[in-house]
Amino acid sequence: MSLRKKLLGTSVVTLSALAAFLIITVVILVMGTIIVGGKDAFTWEFLTSAPREGMTEGGIFPAIVGTALLVVIMSIVGVPIGTITAVYLSEYASSRSILARSIRFAVNTLAGVPAIVFGLFGLGFFVQFVGSGMDKVLTDSTDLRWAQPNILWASLTMALLTLPVVIVSVEEAIKTVPAELRAASLALGATKWQTIVKIVIPNSITGILTGAILAVSRGAGEVAPILFTGAAYFLPHLPGSLSDQFMELGYHVYIMSTQSTNVDATRGIQYATTLVLLLLTFLLNFSAIFLRSRLRARQIT
Amino acid sequence: MVADPQQVLPGTPLPHSTAQVGHSFTSASRSADIRPDPLTVGEMKRMRGADLKKRFRWDEFLSEIIITVVAFVSLAAIVGIFVFVFREAMPIFLVPSIDATVAAPPEAQETYGNEQIGDAARRVSGSDRSRTAEGSGSEGESTLANFLGTTWAPVSMDPRYGIIPLVVGSIKVTLLAVCIAGPVAILAALFTSSFAPRWSKEILKPAIEILAGFPSVVIGFFALVVLATLLQDLFGYKFRLNAFLGGVAMSLAVIPIIFTVAEDALAAVPKFMTEASLALGATKWQTALFVKLPAATPGVFAALLLGFGRAFGETMIVLMATGNAAMLSFNMLEPVRTMSATIGAEMAEVVFGDTHYNVLFMLGAILFLFTFVLNAVAEVFIRQRLLKRFRGG
Amino acid sequence: MNTAKPREAKIAVTNMNFWYGPKPALRNVAMEIPPNHVTALIGPSGCGKSTFLRSLNRMNELIDNVRMDGHIRIDGVDIYDRNVDVVELRKRVGMIFQKSNPFPKSIFDNVAYGPRINGVHDKGKLEELVESTLRRAALWEEVKDELKKSALSLSGGQQQRLCIARALAVDPEILLMDEPASALDPIATAKIEELIYELKSNYTIVIVTHNMQQAARVSDYTAFFYMGELIEFGETKKIFTTPEKKQTEDYITGRFG
Repeated sequence: MSLRKKLLGTSVVTLSALAAFLIITVVILVMGTIIVGGKDAFTWEFLTSAPREGMTEGGIFPAIVGTALLVVIMSIVGVPIGTITAVYLSEYASSRSILARSIRFAVNTLAGVPAIVFGLFGLGFFVQFVGSGMDKVLTDSTDLRWAQPNILWASLTMALLTLPVVIVSVEEAIKTVPAELRAASLALGATKWQTIVKIVIPNSITGILTGAILAVSRGAGEVAPILFTGAAYFLPHLPGSLSDQFMELGYHVYIMSTQSTNVDATRGIQYATTLVLLLLTFLLNFSAIFLRSRLRARQIT
Repeated sequence: MVADPQQVLPGTPLPHSTAQVGHSFTSASRSADIRPDPLTVGEMKRMRGADLKKRFRWDEFLSEIIITVVAFVSLAAIVGIFVFVFREAMPIFLVPSIDATVAAPPEAQETYGNEQIGDAARRVSGSDRSRTAEGSGSEGESTLANFLGTTWAPVSMDPRYGIIPLVVGSIKVTLLAVCIAGPVAILAALFTSSFAPRWSKEILKPAIEILAGFPSVVIGFFALVVLATLLQDLFGYKFRLNAFLGGVAMSLAVIPIIFTVAEDALAAVPKFMTEASLALGATKWQTALFVKLPAATPGVFAALLLGFGRAFGETMIVLMATGNAAMLSFNMLEPVRTMSATIGAEMAEVVFGDTHYNVLFMLGAILFLFTFVLNAVAEVFIRQRLLKRFRGG
Repeated sequence: MNTAKPREAKIAVTNMNFWYGPKPALRNVAMEIPPNHVTALIGPSGCGKSTFLRSLNRMNELIDNVRMDGHIRIDGVDIYDRNVDVVELRKRVGMIFQKSNPFPKSIFDNVAYGPRINGVHDKGKLEELVESTLRRAALWEEVKDELKKSALSLSGGQQQRLCIARALAVDPEILLMDEPASALDPIATAKIEELIYELKSNYTIVIVTHNMQQAARVSDYTAFFYMGELIEFGETKKIFTTPEKKQTEDYITGRFG
């Protein structure tokens, strides 16, 4: 081989190796700087107390609570809807029917909508439309109770955003239930619904869990959808009802690092909050991956 | 005519008595276990037609209805997003000219305390959607012209809603992100699919998954706090936060998507192609570069499209790293404002129903349409590749 | 035991045709299957015998794009009639599959699945039912101390007998068996065949098998299918010694398979 060719070959291999190496390095770099920057402020007190002294001291407990509430409400709404949709797509809809195809199309499209657009929908639909509707019906004064950004609307918006994640996960799990089990159940005189409840769903629990965990991870990390549907930077108390606003980890990092009055003094807290968020999503994703590999192992046997 | 029954049966003639073929069916001892039937043995049980009559099952009926209805939530959501986003954006086109509404409050930084909540409540109050001219405004200038103008100054005395700087800003950041992330991700994908030893895959793939798992606000924070200073020290430019930084940070978020789809495409190249190439004496890299990569072109192209779409709609990274100044220029080292960042930054403080509000929704509608089309096109390329694969082409 | 063909057939098939999409799978099949006897369906691969079997409990309906015409009557009732409840039908016509398919549950729960579906929840009754069907399936002695164990821990032959017990637990009248012993070793196969012999006094059994010796051993009547058509049907003794059609003879003597 000519020298030129050899050079080309070597550079291709080297470049691609470098690219791979670069990616790994960047990942380590990001994680590293955040851990280093945040480890000092990352104390038990930090996690369990409220902010003080204009956010320069204290902890982020309300943000943790807010984030937790957000993902809990989101899951309560989103996981059942996602699971049922996945059941519909795998058990009820013939793959050729227009209904099934349009729902699949909708799910794929939802997965590609930018997070900020979900926020707009949350504002335009939940806050303005549903919220003012509720206010008209439930309250007789002109007080605005539901036509406001709050944790309920933010959670519902988030539920929509994470719906495709749940659906895909659950469908993957349902597919691993062998057809022979369904056939056996039906041949014994069970109805379709009985078969789904007694055979299909119990064998898809792993997938449902994986979907839920991935959804929670996404929900805890995305900030754009809650920018104007319910998150707030400082609240004197924890949210007491669904119509309250809430503090949230990601939102906290964003505001604190870009707009707080004392950006430098709070730097350590910013790092530590980011670290909390990173650890949280990391743990969640890790458990989801673990569950998914168990699912795949079962598929092979 | 069968020659010899014993050719068929191993040794014994066809049985009809209880002493069977060569097996000793020990049924006699088990007759006590025959089911305790009200009917005697041998009596035929008849299936009554009435018993088989179609039965209405409540649980089947209800469950099917509920499940089908719930499944439509996703469809309703997409339609809903379309409807409600466009609904709030439409008024722009219905107003012949942009008018100034009530003098907007100065851009207040988000402070903490009850004050902020009160303000927000007042602003989002769903009372009057004043569209009639009230203050001074650029009367006579068509909405469209304002919209397509090059100044974005929604909260000035003479509000301007020119979205061009925002669009250009989005494109600048997105292009840079894809130009960085594209080659890196594709090369890395080429590496794992053609050159890499097995163990390297076990490191790179998890790294990509971790990268994909970083919330964008974390990447934005990293860019704002670490990367900005690093790059400014390295290159010595004027503005700490600019399009360049935004693009670099964005590439981090986009690498996983491009990598995953490209790797998928490369792995899907039929083995016979690579084997044929190697059998002809080509080296690994020649095969990778001249056989695999071209064969995976539709998938790789789709990967780039999807990466572009993702970057175009991304909000948090640009909010934190690009400096947020709606300047129109082609200089990458100046601050920019993207469409998504504009929505993110200004929506919380906008008056419900006024023109600014509508324009922000219009930006959202554009984002939605753009990513929708992009994803659809990418789908076509991916499916095309899949079809090719199954047809053996 | 009366071996003469009874006057009334348990299952009467007339003019049956079946298509998978545009492809015909069964052509003009007519048969009368007598009650409380074992009828074997034999024939080379792809001849339609399994398709025919699955039509008897309407399991073919689970496949997309299939079509059938003709009539299948059980005890005089057209089971494809619009007023027939297919779920009830499947309780009366049980099925054992080629590869045993126990649920990933305990042995007890597998057998109790059917009764529970039918609303039996009383613990005592369930235990009684499980024991009696496991006895009838000749499995009780082997598993009676391990009912809570997972069904998947049983051997292949035991799993198949468990599936038989499970089918019996819903009290069917007809048992359809699709090559029930094809995946089993000779000893397990022998046990299954013995079981079939015992069961036939209380159930009508239709068994698909590609093992001719098995058909000869186990069945009272045999139906020979070839390329979607029923070539010959008659007493097993006759089919295997003096078949009427040449095709039957060729198949029996192994000239093709």
